[in-house]
Amino acid sequence: MTNVWLAVAVLGGLGAFFGLLLAISSKVFYVKTDERIEKVASCLNGANCGGCGYAGCSAYAAAIVEDGAPIDRCTPAGQEGVKGIAAIMGVEAVEMQRMVAFVRCSGGDKAQVKYAYNGLQDCTVAAQAIGGGQRSCAYGCLGFGSCVAACRFGALSIVDGVAKVDPEKCQGCKACVETCPKHLIDLIPYGFEGAVPCANTDKGGITRKVCESGCLGCHLCEKFCPHNAIHVVDNLSVKDYSKCQNCGICAEKCPRKLIYMPHMDVSKRTTA
Amino acid sequence: MSLTGIVSIALGAILIENFIFSQFLGICPFLGVSRKVDTALGMGLAVTFVMALASVFCWLVNTLLLVPLNLTYMQTVAYILVIAALVQFVEMFLKKSIPGLYQALGIYLPLITTNCAVLGVVLLNTQKNYDFLSSLVYGVTGGIGFLVAIVLFASVRERLDLTADCPRSFEGFPIALISAGLLALAFMGFSGLKVF
Repeated sequence: MTNVWLAVAVLGGLGAFFGLLLAISSKVFYVKTDERIEKVASCLNGANCGGCGYAGCSAYAAAIVEDGAPIDRCTPAGQEGVKGIAAIMGVEAVEMQRMVAFVRCSGGDKAQVKYAYNGLQDCTVAAQAIGGGQRSCAYGCLGFGSCVAACRFGALSIVDGVAKVDPEKCQGCKACVETCPKHLIDLIPYGFEGAVPCANTDKGGITRKVCESGCLGCHLCEKFCPHNAIHVVDNLSVKDYSKCQNCGICAEKCPRKLIYMPHMDVSKRTTA
Repeated sequence: MSLTGIVSIALGAILIENFIFSQFLGICPFLGVSRKVDTALGMGLAVTFVMALASVFCWLVNTLLLVPLNLTYMQTVAYILVIAALVQFVEMFLKKSIPGLYQALGIYLPLITTNCAVLGVVLLNTQKNYDFLSSLVYGVTGGIGFLVAIVLFASVRERLDLTADCPRSFEGFPIALISAGLLALAFMGFSGLKVF
């Protein structure tokens, strides 16, 4: 019988000893954490997408509380999130512009294929193959869908050999922007129409040979734009989102029908 | 304790009697944390660290407390207590002193408490009547064996995810289990290895 009590005493003592040790060390090694960090984190989306530029939602929340990071970086949480964080941090809620991804290529199957590629069906690998991939256009979308795989929100899909973004689903986390080996994906303001879906900076004649869809750099859009919002840089038309009034004249003048503006506002054309 | 003995224990723990591939201990983190090489490396290092510490402390508890008091039948319970307390302590210590490592290990650190490879190493130490140095060596090298196994397996799984043309019904976990089995078979090749 004494044996049992001895066992109880020894193990109990051991447990109590370790408990005491842990209690002491929890005081000694106490790290003060700001309770606001958890509150801020609950305002964020929790997808850990990394679109804010921090390692994850909790890292961003810590950066807001401790380093005073800007509070409008969480695109998935949107304006609601900004309001919540502003209330916790006691700062003014800033208006945030929702940004969505946009693929600067409309080639896909319309672009010529220069050789049969039988390698790994992955853009990053294919982009390292001879000539930067199987398409004749060295700038365009390879269509293997690495961005589709990278997207956590199911906003991307491959349509006719080129990646397409569903702006309703896109949360602007930039996962695809970082994945695309051709650097084709940009963030544009949500609802913005008529960005130029091409990245080919070759001269028009060369572009015409490799792709039925590419921008030739013909300057027609630039000439007719009443708002000075579209310019040809390096044989490629680039739109200035801040100046564009959505008048749609560039979409009409483009000989390649490259610019797509279904909701153009014709009345804005007069203010030249 | 001779050098030959140490080398023999080390090679035994890493290759011949690898904790995962031939003793089948610690399978849970082995399958759970082997999706990426980075996290597998972190987990492996954390396990090595805890295994080494647990070997030392459990040896002390056993030789100074349990054996003199004829309480060796309480070994398992006492060891669990020691390991749990140890992991808690290590977590607190890291959080305060090396926050970088604490962040990197994340959730895996507390998970080690329930890792049977850690309990296995201390029980085997007792079973084999190892002295202090041998226990320490067995703990460290057992951890290294775990590290080697989990990193190898994570690299295999990364490649499986990326390149393998795997039948749909085998995708994900089934093919991981199959490749784990194949890796274990490969490690069987070491069983003929004799040291000195």
